[in-house]
Amino acid sequence: MNSLHTYLFIALVLFCIGLFGLLKRRSLIGMLISVELMLNAVGLNFMAFNRFLAPDPAVGQVAVLFIMGIAAAEAAIALSLILALFRKIRSINVEQARQLKG
Amino acid sequence: MTPVMGQYIRPEAVAWAAFILVVGLTFAGALIAVLPRNIIYNVFGLATCILGVAGLFIFLGSEFLAMMEILIYIGAISIAIVFAIMLSQPMHVRIPPAWRPKLYLSFAVSAVVFVSFSVIVLRTPWAVALERSQDWTVKRLGELFLTRYELLFELISLALLVAIIGAIITAAALGGGRKPEGEP
Repeated sequence: MNSLHTYLFIALVLFCIGLFGLLKRRSLIGMLISVELMLNAVGLNFMAFNRFLAPDPAVGQVAVLFIMGIAAAEAAIALSLILALFRKIRSINVEQARQLKG
Repeated sequence: MTPVMGQYIRPEAVAWAAFILVVGLTFAGALIAVLPRNIIYNVFGLATCILGVAGLFIFLGSEFLAMMEILIYIGAISIAIVFAIMLSQPMHVRIPPAWRPKLYLSFAVSAVVFVSFSVIVLRTPWAVALERSQDWTVKRLGELFLTRYELLFELISLALLVAIIGAIITAAALGGGRKPEGEP
């Protein structure tokens, strides 16, 4: 409970679950959810280093807050793109989005 | 905790139980967010996982970040995802089953990433900083945001504004496969 390795491995498992989902899913919203999981794993890593190694504990928290802001912006953009794509091709499956295929 | 209770329930045991609960929430939520085919279960899994991560942030010493995590991820992002689900593909549409090798390949890729990263984690000699300040207050965080990280802070605000405007334009104007009824 109080060692760096515990938290690093929790974050690593979370990251790998997110990566697996990102590769496996074909629904764009499912892929977005997996990306959120991976971003959370990264934030957890920042906080673990912040708690056990860093000289100033405020810096890691600042980094995690920036990650959250970027994640919110990314989710807004991604969801609006998904909606636009759905209106064009009536599907949110990535395999259906092949208009640019040569 | 009263001393009488303390004789029967040790605080460390409570802390361990809470830690296991929080880690379990995180992993169970992550698995629910990835595995089920029904997309609405995935969103609930994401929310559960975020709750677990917020608990881990409390264990790592930052209640403020735990609150922000719940506010931003569960309060904003999960709700936005639910809205997008509501506005896009209907739930009753059956998706054809996945191509099997893709499942195995993605599992293999994430297993390789897991093994290589755990080797890195175990091999690296993590060095603790020589001098460590113990200032975990929100006050210090606010000071840093308005002094050393002022530019980044403003840039994030600008990025969020641009993202919101861009999202509105993309969703409202560029979608145009089908015009709503009543418009020429």
